[in-house]
Amino acid sequence: MSTQNLAPETLSHDALSKRDGNLVGRQFKNNLMLGLCIVAAGIGLLSLFLVLYFLASQGLRYMSWNLFTKLPDAVEPKLGGVANSLLGTLLLLLGACLFALPIGILGGIYQLEAKGPFANLVRFMTDVLNGIPSIVIGIFVYAVWVYPVSQSNPGKGFSVFAGAFALGIMMIPLIMRTTEEMLRLVPGTMREASLGLGATRWRTMWSVVLPIAKGGVITGIMLSLARVAGETAPLLFTILGSEFYPSMQPVNFLGMSFSIPVFNEPVDALPLRVYKYASGPDTDQNNQAWATALILISLVLIFSVAARFATKSNIEEK
Amino acid sequence: MSEQAPQREITNMTPYLSAAIEDEVPGPPLSSSSGSIGDKIYGAITFLASLTIFVIIIWIASSLGWQSLPVFKQFGFSYITGSVWDDGQKQFGILPYIFGTLYSSFIALLIAVPISLGTAIFLSEMAPPWIRTPVTFLVELLAAIPSVVYGLWGIFVLLPFLRQYVMEPIGASPLGKFPLFSGFTAGPSMLAAGVILAIMILPFITAVSRDILRAIPRAQREASYGLGSTKWEAISQVVLPFARSGIIGAVILGLGRAFGETMAVTMVIGNQSPQTPSGVSFSLFEPGYTMSSALANKFTEASAGLNTAALVGIGFILFFVAIIVNILARTLVYYTARDVQGGK
Repeated sequence: MSTQNLAPETLSHDALSKRDGNLVGRQFKNNLMLGLCIVAAGIGLLSLFLVLYFLASQGLRYMSWNLFTKLPDAVEPKLGGVANSLLGTLLLLLGACLFALPIGILGGIYQLEAKGPFANLVRFMTDVLNGIPSIVIGIFVYAVWVYPVSQSNPGKGFSVFAGAFALGIMMIPLIMRTTEEMLRLVPGTMREASLGLGATRWRTMWSVVLPIAKGGVITGIMLSLARVAGETAPLLFTILGSEFYPSMQPVNFLGMSFSIPVFNEPVDALPLRVYKYASGPDTDQNNQAWATALILISLVLIFSVAARFATKSNIEEK
Repeated sequence: MSEQAPQREITNMTPYLSAAIEDEVPGPPLSSSSGSIGDKIYGAITFLASLTIFVIIIWIASSLGWQSLPVFKQFGFSYITGSVWDDGQKQFGILPYIFGTLYSSFIALLIAVPISLGTAIFLSEMAPPWIRTPVTFLVELLAAIPSVVYGLWGIFVLLPFLRQYVMEPIGASPLGKFPLFSGFTAGPSMLAAGVILAIMILPFITAVSRDILRAIPRAQREASYGLGSTKWEAISQVVLPFARSGIIGAVILGLGRAFGETMAVTMVIGNQSPQTPSGVSFSLFEPGYTMSSALANKFTEASAGLNTAALVGIGFILFFVAIIVNILARTLVYYTARDVQGGK
């Protein structure tokens, strides 16, 4: 090799020869770094596994039927249950769905149909809202609802309404994004066919696109439920917690009379119960916290599995 | 030409990536369709529904700002720089809480970023499918576990472990003389908060970075192998630079979660300001407060008026930090994903 040719490129030549010449060193570095990745993965997976292991083992050890059927027992915590918290969580999720579903799905449809900078801004802000910490949503609902109400009539304010409102605000951006995703998967030819037959846009959406994407939309709803079911921080500020079942009120509807839970009273929820029992000094309550946590996770898992199932059946249909 | 983008599944992570990876709607431009009354109503209703997003964000900002106005008026900047929170003396300063949030998140990132990056590289570049599939499932499962449950685990598993195997041995050894390890060895501490945060954001950062790594076209790697590089050289010189801003975005998203995380931290951090004049201590073993844990704790004993305003003020600051962090991270993830898609 002549050195004259290489003179102007000394640097790159050095780098090149270093790279080619030191094969053993390069292989050593390769093995070292890949090994470190495996070690990192090992540490990460081990810690994650430990979380699951303790939840499953401790939760199963203290699981009992009483948990599902009884109220908390102040005298003998061991014999008590968390039935009111389970009921409360379901009520809160129902309430959250009632107002988050229509807004979320309609907003998702808008994000599918609309184009241009404004629609992109809407998408972006949806993601931003999605990233706001849940405790901020909690203090927000406290500031606009619970606090003003409790100032004007003491003892009121903390309620299923307030809790469901907080959870619903968290669900809206989630449902919007997943709905849009799912509607986007419907082949454009389907819509073209419908529009070509003279159907209006809303008719196309209602009779063609939505029925095809139904499973996917349900998936989005389930995932958002799974996410908010375990939220504790917003509930701290909105539902207060309670040791009893929600009170019932009779209603007459189309000649039938039955009773429904009252929505404007404090209520309990599973995550709140876990927090309360875990932070307390009582060993029996600590143990019940593990079982309650397992119930809560099972609930979250049921939603997640339902989500996968809904998408799967939808794809198979196609 | 390269392989197709990997088949997307709907997972818990979807909301974080969806903005980035979206295709144009196939189909006719709908705006040009005939203006029937039904379509006008349809357009108006869906438009109104999407406006809710703006209404909610503006409503949150304005109501939190309005309710916390008294405390900003009275204390001004010393609300942020003050270290005393005393309802009796009507003194409200949140410096220790801000510090606690930053410090615990910093510890969490220090632990979580190397581990989750290693795990993401392992999952996307090295693991055979029979490992990848169950591990991916495990990681997603853990991302779905509520934070209060992590807190429970923290109290009864992590705290005793740290006390027995980390804090007491270090406290007893000469290392205990260092300011970094001074203080009690009881368990609840900044260290515990940092570790539990790390465990919580680990699945999250791992999942998002793995998705980004997997989205990088295989041709890029093959070109690098073709030039004779080792696997690590292909990863470090081709794949990682390609994914860099996306991974930074994933880390910032994780940071955003750590900032706002409440329950798990509240349960292990001790909720007590360090006994220093400034209320700030760099010791890992001292208990502390974060902004959100202070909110969750002090809320129960807050009296109406200035005290409540001071609490809402914390929420107001958290809200703005979250908005900034999120806009930053999502912009990064968005542009990386767009570049990756454009590059195939």
